[in-house]
Amino acid sequence: MPWDRNQMAARAAEELEDGMYVNLGIGIPTLVANYVGDKDITLQSENGMLGMGPFPYEGEEDPDLINAGKQTITELPRTAYFDSATSFAMIRGGKIAAAILGAMEVDEKGDLANWMIPGKLVKGMGGAMDLVAGVGRVIVVMDHTNKHGQSKVLKECTLPLTGKGVVDRIITNLGVLDVVEGGLKIVERADGVTEEDMRAATEATIVD
Amino acid sequence: MKKVYANATEALDGILRDGMLIAAGGFGLCGIPELLLQAIKESGVKDLTFASNNAGVDDFGIGILLQTRQVKKMISSYVGENAEFMRQYLSGELELEFTPQGTLAERMRAGGAGIPGFYTKTGVGTVIAEGKEHKEFNGETYILEEGIFADLAIVKAWKADDTGNLVFRKTARNFNVPAATCGKICVAEVEEIVPRGSLDPDCIHLPGIYVHRVIQGQHEKRIEQRTTRKKEEA
Repeated sequence: MPWDRNQMAARAAEELEDGMYVNLGIGIPTLVANYVGDKDITLQSENGMLGMGPFPYEGEEDPDLINAGKQTITELPRTAYFDSATSFAMIRGGKIAAAILGAMEVDEKGDLANWMIPGKLVKGMGGAMDLVAGVGRVIVVMDHTNKHGQSKVLKECTLPLTGKGVVDRIITNLGVLDVVEGGLKIVERADGVTEEDMRAATEATIVD
Repeated sequence: MKKVYANATEALDGILRDGMLIAAGGFGLCGIPELLLQAIKESGVKDLTFASNNAGVDDFGIGILLQTRQVKKMISSYVGENAEFMRQYLSGELELEFTPQGTLAERMRAGGAGIPGFYTKTGVGTVIAEGKEHKEFNGETYILEEGIFADLAIVKAWKADDTGNLVFRKTARNFNVPAATCGKICVAEVEEIVPRGSLDPDCIHLPGIYVHRVIQGQHEKRIEQRTTRKKEEA
């Protein structure tokens, strides 16, 4: 059985180690926060916060306290606030250990496309280009194929890139792949997913 | 040194002109200078370029200046929440310079610090890098980005003293600090102006040297995405 969204998030949470400062993207990556367990993880929100807490209780929303998805959130005892230049200085400066992000396409060279589909409405890259260029490790979490069944794990991205050669690990509904010399290496398969299933759903070169 | 003004219109008096470059603080609708934007709308000044992370929503923030066609160009990282923006952009009425969020913040910070350009890895190998100088440092490729030197900066803070020292609240600080520094003139709107001596000098987020005019006013502080959890889930 391929993993569902929550299982993918749980698998991504295994990538995180005690003491890490981490940035989570929107979508499935946001769910990763639910699976960190006892690990001491500090979440960064790139609009200017370390130590992001859960959503507030009804009636306790604060318009001055939002995450990068513009959702109301809360602070924690460890929270620190700072301005946007400082926030991206810590991202660009490699202080954030990992970013877990969604993607439209990833390729075997670690190129990532997740901000723009030509001909469709362009909303902007936000902080995604800064994150993939700056953080220690970029982990992509996404479905292996699109809704037409076509692979999103490609030899070469077709969409405009967010970053070139930036992805370290890809976690999909079928399993886990690493970007290595010459292509992608299968690290793990979801229960019941065969290597043939994985290869069939992957356009990228798979190396041993 | 009189920095405190009665209202947004008076604080902007003699500053606004057509075609100027304005750096605005805020992220989404959080910490935006809503009173100054309203006063800019009422002034009728036009052909403005805004360096601002976002473009507001249709009826709030910079969105109100799009409705009146006072904006010629936006320098932003994300503009997804504004239908009128999209209409004007797609019809060619509005110019848009997409800038990655961290690059935008650093361009403002650099401008404020007297740095005309800096190299960054952000955007290398993407459309953002097209036409920009590339340079290698220690075997890695970087692109040249330019500092922003704005004619005017408009920001929103929580508290000010009458010398212009500013204190922000939670994530409403965001772009307000770098935006404030990159303006030739900076006008700040705050929720409360307190007498000098009442702010802890060790806890000033932006020293008054960057702030030329201050107003106090009532803020709507609209929430863009209200997300909550239920008590029983705790």
